[in-house]
Amino acid sequence: MADILVYALHYEGAFNKNSLGAITEATKLAGETGGKAHAVVVGEGISDELAATLGDYGATKVFKAEGPEGLAQPVIDTMASVMTENGIDYALFGGGLLGFEVGAGLAARLQAGVTMEVTGVLVEDGKLVAERPILGDSAISQSRYKTKGIIIGRLNAFEAKASGGSAEVVNVTVEPSAQAAQASIVSRGEQRGADVDIEGAGTLVAGGRGLGNAEGFDLLQDLAKAFGGSTAVAATRAVVDAGWYPYAGQIGQTGKTVAPKLYLAAGISGAIQHKVGMQSSENIVAINKDANAPIFEFSDLGIVGDLNKIVPKLTEAIAAKRGS
Amino acid sequence: MKICVLVKEVPDAAVTKRIDPSTGRMDRSGEKNLNPYDTHAIEAAMQLKEGGEVQVDEIVAVSMGPVSAVRALHKAVSLGADRSVHLSDPALAGSDVAATGYALASAIKKESPDLVLLGQQSDDGECYTIGAVVAEHLGMPSLTQVVKMDVEGEGVKCERQAEYGYDTVQVTFPAVISVGDAINEPRYPSLKAIMGAKKKPLETLAAADAGIDASMVGADGSQVQCGEFKAPPQKAAGQIIEDEDTNDTVEKIVAWLDERKLI
Ligand SMILES: Cc1cc2nc3c(=O)[nH]c(=O)nc-3n(C[C@H](O)[C@H](O)[C@H](O)COP(=O)(O)OP(=O)(O)OC[C@H]3O[C@@H](n4cnc5c(N)ncnc54)[C@H](O)[C@@H]3O)c2cc1C
Ligand SMILES: Nc1ncnc2c1ncn2[C@@H]1O[C@H](COP(=O)(O)O)[C@@H](O)[C@H]1O
Repeated sequence: MADILVYALHYEGAFNKNSLGAITEATKLAGETGGKAHAVVVGEGISDELAATLGDYGATKVFKAEGPEGLAQPVIDTMASVMTENGIDYALFGGGLLGFEVGAGLAARLQAGVTMEVTGVLVEDGKLVAERPILGDSAISQSRYKTKGIIIGRLNAFEAKASGGSAEVVNVTVEPSAQAAQASIVSRGEQRGADVDIEGAGTLVAGGRGLGNAEGFDLLQDLAKAFGGSTAVAATRAVVDAGWYPYAGQIGQTGKTVAPKLYLAAGISGAIQHKVGMQSSENIVAINKDANAPIFEFSDLGIVGDLNKIVPKLTEAIAAKRGS
Repeated sequence: MKICVLVKEVPDAAVTKRIDPSTGRMDRSGEKNLNPYDTHAIEAAMQLKEGGEVQVDEIVAVSMGPVSAVRALHKAVSLGADRSVHLSDPALAGSDVAATGYALASAIKKESPDLVLLGQQSDDGECYTIGAVVAEHLGMPSLTQVVKMDVEGEGVKCERQAEYGYDTVQVTFPAVISVGDAINEPRYPSLKAIMGAKKKPLETLAAADAGIDASMVGADGSQVQCGEFKAPPQKAAGQIIEDEDTNDTVEKIVAWLDERKLI
């Protein structure tokens, strides 16, 4: 019998979709071992009513603690205490940045094993076994845990399924660790740049560091215009962090997950954190000057060449084609 | 204040990484280099030192790894670190993430730094988590993927992108911070710095020197047992066009898109 504890990330009155997926997954796995899935919520003034909705995804109990949101330490303190007091040996996270931070800190605190970027979990002799793709997704490695296991899922690895239940909410008060007081949130969730909509687009033209500078995005705006219809321009985190493109247009781990009919990348290497946000696109086309760029491993059409030469001519050709 | 920067030796970007089937560990033979992400952490330390907001007395590069890791430390010193600490012991081989973080934290403890800086990820391990593990063992707060750091009061104000946009977090020293690659543009080492790097102090520590509990490190001391490497379902390889004549290339792209009714 193995109970599993899941961290449910909360933001402005709603739970993170990947956290809900992790609860669904944990419920299934715990069930296979004859155990139960529980959830942890840490936040300021989250109602019992809202917390209880996690039962809809399978959580039996929701342990709720008051604390600042967006920081790892208060969640580590709460989860460590709940796991120790309730004899829970496994924790599951739906991915995201906090999942990494909380999961790793928790593993250190509990002397547990930790595996990140997990895409599948199995039950073997009543124990959990995590599968993680490694080396650019060219191999899958299995993790087994000696005693306790912390499993951090890859973004979108676990699908949330509502089944219509309600959880018992247990309010917990946890003694904060000394270092918890050393970090405080000044502001959270700042949206940098314009509000671009990439989720509704049928075609996405995405740009990365290979564009060279912010002006490089003009090339992509022109290309998007040539495609016409519902086409939008998207970006990687590298260029959003650099201030070349708005955060709302970012695809990936800490950005949006998209699945357009056509995704066309220019100057994007294809890092895992980007890939997880776009790999379900129907048709993937990539332009990159490096023949070894990882993006070519999951492209349907790859063009090895300089985007500065190719994109303007492609724009012209598509405009001409559509004009005719 | 004293800053420790964690640096790692990784296979060169041009080396194809693979698992050695006989050991189940990553094959780390071939050309190696300083993890490129760590150069941003060294640069961040240098900018704090040169910025004058706080007085930085010393920057210490710390690495855990085999004998060859000394080269990564020399590189770190050529980029600005004042001296380095090399944690090296056969007993540490095969340590998992949690054990590596514990071992590094033990070595860092001896230095009692005010700030520990790391890169956002190692090019080979890609765990994004060593910082959080190290912080927990040191009893310090930790923040990852920081792209802006401003000294403010007794700590730093940090910005980083999390799941809902950019978060700003005030962190009080001592703290562990991993920096994202957008935080700065690392400098190139001068020839003089490269030549001088080997002369800067380098301390080599065995596990016992760092007070490491041997039962908590190495393959046997690790909590995770990795194995059974299998191949994932592969997506059929796509079509590749090498751009030689751009007009011709564009024609092919348009035909490909047109065939699939994507224009
Ligand atoms: C916890 C975490 C979360 C992250 N979240 C995200 C996320 O949400 N989204 C995301 O995208 N990334 C994310 N990242 C970052 C990710 O790891 C990569 O660093 C990032 O995706 C790289 O962006 P890029 O492809 O634009 O840049 P690079 O990796 O630098 O690639 C640039 C590419 O452009 C090519 N190029 C250069 N010049 C030209 C030219 N003239 N013509 C054609 N090609 C050219 C180069 O060959 C190269 O392949 C995250 C990382 C971490 C650790
Ligand atoms: N063996 C090591 N020695 C020193 N620093 C390390 C080691 N492994 C990882 N790091 C640091 O931790 C960061 C994140 O690595 P990882 O968690 O493996 O992605 C790296 O950028 C380094 O700064």
